[in-house]
Amino acid sequence: MTQQTLEPPTSALDLAEEFLDRTTPLSRVRNTLHRYPAVSPAIVLVLAVIVFGLLNDRFLNPANLSLITQQVAVVGTLAVAQTLIILTAGIDLSVGAVMVLSSMVMAQTSVQLGIPGVLALLLGLIVGLAAGAFNGFLVTRLKLPPFIVTLGTLSIFVALTLLYSGGATIRGAEMPELLTSMGATFNIGGVNFTVGVLTMLLLYVVVALILAKTAWGRHVYAVGDDPEAARLAGISVNRVLMSVYLAAGAILALGAWIQIGRTNAASPNAGAELNLDSITAVVIGGTSLFGGRGTVWGTLLGALIVGVFRNGLSLAGLDVLWQTFAVGVLIIVAVSVDQWIRKVRK
Amino acid sequence: MTTATDAAGQAPAAGPAETRTPILRARRLVKTFGRVVGLDGVSLELYPGEVLAIIGDNGAGKSTLIKCLTGAEIPDEGEIFLDEKPVHFKRPQDARAAGIETVYQNLAVSPALDVAANLFLGREERKHGILGSVFRVVDQKGMREKARNELKALGISTLQDVTVPVENLSGGQRQAVAVARAAAFGSKVVVLDEPTAALGVRESNQVLELIRNLRDRGIPVILISHNMPHVFDVADRIHIQRLGKRAATITPESHTMTDAVAIMTGAARE
Repeated sequence: MTQQTLEPPTSALDLAEEFLDRTTPLSRVRNTLHRYPAVSPAIVLVLAVIVFGLLNDRFLNPANLSLITQQVAVVGTLAVAQTLIILTAGIDLSVGAVMVLSSMVMAQTSVQLGIPGVLALLLGLIVGLAAGAFNGFLVTRLKLPPFIVTLGTLSIFVALTLLYSGGATIRGAEMPELLTSMGATFNIGGVNFTVGVLTMLLLYVVVALILAKTAWGRHVYAVGDDPEAARLAGISVNRVLMSVYLAAGAILALGAWIQIGRTNAASPNAGAELNLDSITAVVIGGTSLFGGRGTVWGTLLGALIVGVFRNGLSLAGLDVLWQTFAVGVLIIVAVSVDQWIRKVRK
Repeated sequence: MTTATDAAGQAPAAGPAETRTPILRARRLVKTFGRVVGLDGVSLELYPGEVLAIIGDNGAGKSTLIKCLTGAEIPDEGEIFLDEKPVHFKRPQDARAAGIETVYQNLAVSPALDVAANLFLGREERKHGILGSVFRVVDQKGMREKARNELKALGISTLQDVTVPVENLSGGQRQAVAVARAAAFGSKVVVLDEPTAALGVRESNQVLELIRNLRDRGIPVILISHNMPHVFDVADRIHIQRLGKRAATITPESHTMTDAVAIMTGAARE
């Protein structure tokens, strides 16, 4: 029995559909973008670097490029956690708040209790994990929407941070050396990199490999794609979600360490803008807010695009408000492109 | 033409079925929901290498029957035997572990994952050696190879490329992926719930062909469908549910579609 002999003649409608879908150049572009969601942010980044480089000679000099990477390190790290959560069709409005709380615990325990740096880092990690577990618990057990959960925990973590720290900033000079070590610089080919930037890049490599190469990574995508289908395939959806929030908490603690190195201080007032900036990086990087589609490489490109735009526009002498304006435009364009890409063959 | 049985659980008189041992057997299943009686002493036998269709009006107990057989519901009374051994499914996973795979009406596939990833979703295979055991790296190449072989063995010729995301496939191809997943892992019984409901003519034919291929490979299939021509096209025997009971078990040879509809609606009694 062969398949072909049973097929009735293809209807004219089917033919028309296939013709439209497969042969117009535009739909071919769309299919490619659909399959490789990091392509469009990569194009934007390359174009932005070329344009800003032409506009201002200083843009491409090594010191400036080094500055951009440092400006991106913290938000880039937080955006990894954000990507994991958004891939499960969730969202985390509290990433910046958790990062700051964790950094204050690291700094304050080491300074006030005089404990070694390693122990302080460990306490900060525990705080990050606990915050992730709390978010994850509310999402998986109480079945609350992640947006509402993290809107609530955002306020809770901000308040806890201020209560715990008394609103005081702790300078890096007071802390054990280990806590500020992420700010140390080294030179590759004339460009200065900080340990924090290198750590962030390593984090991207590790998370990208885990997402692409492990069953857990596939399950993260499957849960975000269609939780019911994932459940019927035998995946424990709640366990995957919980593990994602815990992983995010650990990454945020790493972000706290990088933040202390970057600013050479731990401030309870830092990081408020990072909650939304991390989402911006993820969205511009081509990850779908509906879950199940996207990559961390796209997110890295998204974080770099925002960094390049802010830096390039300020070098071009534009008011800082125009940077914010440009980021807003970028978000809307990115989401529009995503919607268009998703219209591939229903 | 009186080839049907009553609800008392006697073997059906259709064909040479009595002499064989059923692979899946349900005896006098009862399931009530409050005052509503979903199943009222239903028996069913599925024999090796056959396609058994289950038809019936809405509310006749088709879905409840299937849910009891696949672990989605627990019957109040009655017994289920798989390979003549009694089984007690408490969750769908129990039935799957025992070898009963179900393809749900709403197509349990993950659109963004590719065909091979969907076939192995929830039971990924890891690489050999330290990469697999310590770093838990999945064996993508091996799974793709197996997926290709599995699709070829099932005669699914329309799916050449197992690296294509499922969302780029047509409805029939997606259904084929779902069916292939159900059939791929040494399952004893495959249950298909309305597999052609959302499909066009050409795609429906592909799915029916796929069902025949499953049967030819020795995997018995339970097919729930509203579509009489499809049922009569592919089924070896037809179990007719009516008002929570088995009204009859017929064959496409012994009865016409009109007969079947008459039994289904109660216009004719067997």
